[in-house]
Amino acid sequence: MLSRTADNLYWIARYMERAETMARLLQVGERISLLPNSGGEGFRNEWDSLLHASGTAEGFARKYGDPVQRNIESYFFFDHDNPSSIASCIERARENARIVRTALTVQMWDALNTAFQELRQLERTPRSEIDITRLAEWTTAKAAMVKGTIETTHLRNDGWDFLNLGYLIERADNTARLMDVKYYVLLPQIEYVGSGFDNYQWATLLRALSVHRAFYWAYGGEVTAKKIADFLILNPRCPRSLITCAGGIVGHLDRLAEDYNRPTQAQAHARRMTEGLAAHTPDMIFDEGLHEFLTRFVGDTAQLAGMVHETYLSGDMR
Amino acid sequence: MRAMPAELRQMKQAEAEALFRRIGITFAVYGEGGDPDRLIPFDMFPRVFTGAEWARLERGIKQRARALNAFLVDVYGRGEIVRAGRIPARLVYLNEAYEKAVVGFVPPRGVYSHIVGIDLVRTGPDQFYVLEDNCRTPSGVSYMLENREIMMRMFPAIFRENRIQPVERYPELLRRTLASVAPAKCDSAPTVAILTPGHYNSAYYEHSFLADLMGVELVEGQDLFVEGEFCYMRTTEGPKKLDVIYRRIDDAFLDPLCFRPDSALGVPGLMDVYRSGGITIASAPGAGVADDKAIYTYVPEMVRFYLGEEPILENVPTWQCAKDDDLKYVLENLGELVVKEVHGSGGYGMLVGPKSTKDQIEAFRAKIEEDPSNYIAQPTLALSTCPTFVEQGIAPRHVDLRPYCLVGERIELVPGGLTRVALKEGSLVVNSSQGGGVKDTWVLAE
Repeated sequence: MLSRTADNLYWIARYMERAETMARLLQVGERISLLPNSGGEGFRNEWDSLLHASGTAEGFARKYGDPVQRNIESYFFFDHDNPSSIASCIERARENARIVRTALTVQMWDALNTAFQELRQLERTPRSEIDITRLAEWTTAKAAMVKGTIETTHLRNDGWDFLNLGYLIERADNTARLMDVKYYVLLPQIEYVGSGFDNYQWATLLRALSVHRAFYWAYGGEVTAKKIADFLILNPRCPRSLITCAGGIVGHLDRLAEDYNRPTQAQAHARRMTEGLAAHTPDMIFDEGLHEFLTRFVGDTAQLAGMVHETYLSGDMR
Repeated sequence: MRAMPAELRQMKQAEAEALFRRIGITFAVYGEGGDPDRLIPFDMFPRVFTGAEWARLERGIKQRARALNAFLVDVYGRGEIVRAGRIPARLVYLNEAYEKAVVGFVPPRGVYSHIVGIDLVRTGPDQFYVLEDNCRTPSGVSYMLENREIMMRMFPAIFRENRIQPVERYPELLRRTLASVAPAKCDSAPTVAILTPGHYNSAYYEHSFLADLMGVELVEGQDLFVEGEFCYMRTTEGPKKLDVIYRRIDDAFLDPLCFRPDSALGVPGLMDVYRSGGITIASAPGAGVADDKAIYTYVPEMVRFYLGEEPILENVPTWQCAKDDDLKYVLENLGELVVKEVHGSGGYGMLVGPKSTKDQIEAFRAKIEEDPSNYIAQPTLALSTCPTFVEQGIAPRHVDLRPYCLVGERIELVPGGLTRVALKEGSLVVNSSQGGGVKDTWVLAE
């Protein structure tokens, strides 16, 4: 497969996953705006934290200044100046798909192209006629559709591996960042940890990741920081946990290495990451400091993405 | 179809458009700056040829394709046709499309133009004229294939009841043609790829469509690099040697070391690999000199000179404004003539005398007088029409035809081609960039 084709496939997945994360963030923001302003500064912090979580705080501040809900919604969904907005992500995913149309199944192309055509419709609709919940739900539905077509129609070849690597690397990064923001941005003062406020924020995080119900199935009882860290970092049953993502990445890198009959550095790196996570307990993570731990993980993931790029996507491998 | 109620017809038309939109056949129009996903209008009324009509066309097209290739080998070699005084040296050697970088080089099997698109119009039952030859990278073949696909989906009964010759072998024939011209240094099954300028190009859809049906890679300049004697593709498994490139970019953008140092497109060193027999480029660099509008006049002469045959297909009588007598005639009769730029394409920069206002004619006169050698003129032909669905119902509209002749180890022509139709009443301009549409082209089996 051409390296450029692999790169396009990989980025289709990354953009779709990113669009979905943005939609989940919007849903959380919307939900919190409907609740009484229990945390004093909490309300404003909430929107602020969404900007931080998505890594778009700076761009937003430059364009709009203070975080006002309506502006944030526009910025997250429609704004083409925001490279992470849902509109930007879907457009770029579709553009990547258009370039490699023939490396996709008809169903995948259909799903991506339909999402794009509908997005254009939405962009033409007056903003007062669409509420943000509908936009967020539309996005997650489209993302699920694309993922579904990949799962059910794509040949299990190297292209499938690159698609999945894109999803998993983006998801690992997104989960870690979301957790970090919750913890670090919202709770700079250690005395908040474990308080009722704290737990409420954590529950919001679960909602943001759409694993709220799953958490109760798996753990039950009270929501504690430790349980959540265990769930989102160390539990291989959680579909978005760091260890699930890292383990999935290892699987796809192994398949590629076997296909191409060439072991890679990326493989070894991903395996080290997974093994490292498996050897951790929640206590160890809190001893190190959650923020420090997550920062390290985000760094490791970025390094891994760099290796995947260098090995397979850049076309420089000899 | 004539019996079809208007509502059903509209429904079918909408169905066809939805199909096109979904499979994504679009044609970006240069200069409109707008929607790169614009649809080219598709007309459901097919254009039909009998087997006998086609047989004669086929002989004429293949004859012309052979002559054009013989001419190219000649003018990059000894130039016999010029020495014999049959074509003025100036038109060949001072031609912008004459590529000095390939003088003395003979491509595999002596083929320069592997896909020859010949634009034809019909003016009578047995009268066809060649409007122009396209020896570089004639586009539109994806429409030939997709139009047929859509017609078969929408009117299966008509295909069951009539013996319409299939065109679907084209991609396979194209792949075989390209593989048959693999370079001397290729010692295993040749790897073929299509080179596209990228997804912003208006014909990108066609490039990716063909690559898919041929089962070859679609590459951009950035996917290729030269090392040693060969050209390689960048793949996830490391470098893969490439043997034949079907390029859909102009000569000037093939190799910045050879042609345009300012170009970001292209593959540095590619021309060296080409000239030392490490890769075949189709069409070969320099092929453009054969389809120049000034050279066009001499194609019948090429047929006689190289093949010793009489040309089966005629040229449209053409006046060269570079010649004083011709220029005088053209300027005196602008109102009746079609005037074109020698290097123009896509229906741009032309004057259709009978359809133009006095002001337009005078403005064009000034342009011709400024640089006469840049223009040729032809009479306005009584072009054939074909029934076409228009808003008012079914009405005659002017059509032309572009068949695609493949030249490699053998010369092949699938029975069909691209029929373009001028959708405006009375219009003679069929170019898709000027609002023309397309039709399916049927050749009946005898």
